Amino acid sequence: MILASLTIKNMTMAYGDFIIQRDLDFTINRGDIFIIMGGSGCGKSTLLMHLIGLQKPAKGDVFYGEESLWHAEHKVRQRILKRTGVLFQSGALLSSMTLAENIALPITEHTCLGAQRIREIVSYKLALVGLAGFEDYYPSEISGGMQKRAGLARAMALDPEILFFDEPSAGLDPVSAKLLDDLIRSLRDNLGATIVMVTHELASIFAIGTNSVFLDPETKTMIASGPPKQLLAESHDPKVIRFLTRGETENQVINETKNQESSDL
Amino acid sequence: MTVMDISSVPCEFKVNHKAPTLEVSIVGDWVLESQAPDLEIVLAQLGDVSQVKRLAFSTEALGRWDSLLMTELIRLIDYGAKQGIQVDTATLPEGIQGLLSLVYAVPERVGARREETKMPWLAVIGNGGLRIQKDAHALVVFIGETMLSVAALARGKARFRWVDLWTYIQDCGPSALPIVSLISLLVGLILAFVGAVQLALFGAQIYIADLVGLGMTREMGGLMAAIIMSGRTGASYAAQLGTMQVNSEIDALKTMGFEPMEFLVLPRILALILIMPLLCLYADLMGIVGGALVTVSFFDVSLVEYLNRTANAVHLTDFTIGIVKCAVFGVLIALSGCMRGMQCGRSASSVGDAATSAVVTGIIFIVIADSLMTIMCNRLGI
Repeated sequence: MILASLTIKNMTMAYGDFIIQRDLDFTINRGDIFIIMGGSGCGKSTLLMHLIGLQKPAKGDVFYGEESLWHAEHKVRQRILKRTGVLFQSGALLSSMTLAENIALPITEHTCLGAQRIREIVSYKLALVGLAGFEDYYPSEISGGMQKRAGLARAMALDPEILFFDEPSAGLDPVSAKLLDDLIRSLRDNLGATIVMVTHELASIFAIGTNSVFLDPETKTMIASGPPKQLLAESHDPKVIRFLTRGETENQVINETKNQESSDL
Repeated sequence: MTVMDISSVPCEFKVNHKAPTLEVSIVGDWVLESQAPDLEIVLAQLGDVSQVKRLAFSTEALGRWDSLLMTELIRLIDYGAKQGIQVDTATLPEGIQGLLSLVYAVPERVGARREETKMPWLAVIGNGGLRIQKDAHALVVFIGETMLSVAALARGKARFRWVDLWTYIQDCGPSALPIVSLISLLVGLILAFVGAVQLALFGAQIYIADLVGLGMTREMGGLMAAIIMSGRTGASYAAQLGTMQVNSEIDALKTMGFEPMEFLVLPRILALILIMPLLCLYADLMGIVGGALVTVSFFDVSLVEYLNRTANAVHLTDFTIGIVKCAVFGVLIALSGCMRGMQCGRSASSVGDAATSAVVTGIIFIVIADSLMTIMCNRLGI
């Protein structure tokens, strides 16, 4: 049985009167690596904000399992969100704290573990993301890729069931991006966590995505969903195909017609 | 089915020694909320029995697990590695094995870990001295660069947008009027009260006008305006420039061929130099009004008498001294604000530090400069 870990029901997102996306309806299953994709400005990151409780939907709701996120009391929402971890685009580490303090922050806040135990957990999380020994560094002292991995360690601090990623590979070189993808996948496999990822990196989308939704900025709604590879093979929507092939099929089609024309001549 | 209903089984290690293997059974639910058993028991076994050559695990009775179990296992494995005991992780669940291989995938970088070292007090003092020297050097460099950009301005070659200058003037002039009015009015009022108590003993209430008029124009008007502007505008300059530094905006300006000193710092300094004398004049007048309020309402002096007395006591020289002082303060505030902003690091907390030290430096400069100028006036007899 596949358990739904996150359900988005009939959701409309808007800033005031300006609608970003409407009629969003999809389910993220437990153990998925779910990709939210779409062109720039289609509202991917805004959707993420709605899922992690930072922005209230104009209409509709988000369900964690059976529990509504936006029609719940503040306390309940806090409890639900405690089961999630978020990696922001630039890591969003607090710059006045060392990496160890950054990761220890949610642990000290939400558990009553002793200092020694917290130190061990922090070291473990840092080792998981390949940053063993960097406990006492400040975020400004390490590179962007390392900041991102440290952000991931913080997102995992409380062993969340669902991990959200906002453009994890943005600003990383292809090799680091690939390593981060591998890390995300092995974390999913080993922790049994659900991954929700906002990205438009095609390499990541095809390499690790097991399910996806495609947001379209023009019609302001989702126009496709399903495993990315399947979308590429079966979708008939030209927008989706153009996105998943970096617009190259279009050129191919044009070239083919040109060739045909020239052969006709 | 809900996870909450499962009553958690207390977690423990059960140790079974079959030489040369020590088998550790992991039992129960290993979750962060539960009370972890003392690892020392296992470690003691390992330490005592020297013939233990291999450590194996059995996990038939393992329930739920999370970071708690992982940290314990890592301690065991690290300990084993140190003692030369082979640790066999093959019987652990796949997920745990996967995580362990991630943990040990990237070896700790040599030299990355930092030892906490306690510095001897002599070194602390020495470092303080070096820091002061570095600060002084940076200040001199900054003043030099400012002078160069002023020279460029004089030659008509400084490049900045005039609209920026007007915006800064608006920001530090008219927008600051309410707070300057309030503070100077109250300072005038306080001066009047302090003086009145003494002067009334001799029936010389009329001299309150002298005290307030001279006090405000020569000293307090400019000083108060400067301290307000240091907190208001100096801090804001430092924060603006600091944030631009964090966002690489200053680097962007440089690559576009602009000189940040001319483009960002010069208009800010100009705005403050132009505005501070006017603010000072305004503060002087508000202070005199404050003094008049007290004297007229409590000490039996008519408004006309008070104003006449003020006009007799306060000369143009007094106003000029105050205004010149205040223009100097303006330069100092702008310098310290812009300098701290330009020196800002590249993180959120360093912007805060820049704003703080801009205000602190600004006020220190103001007070020192004020003392020097007051002594100078005194010696020159003006």
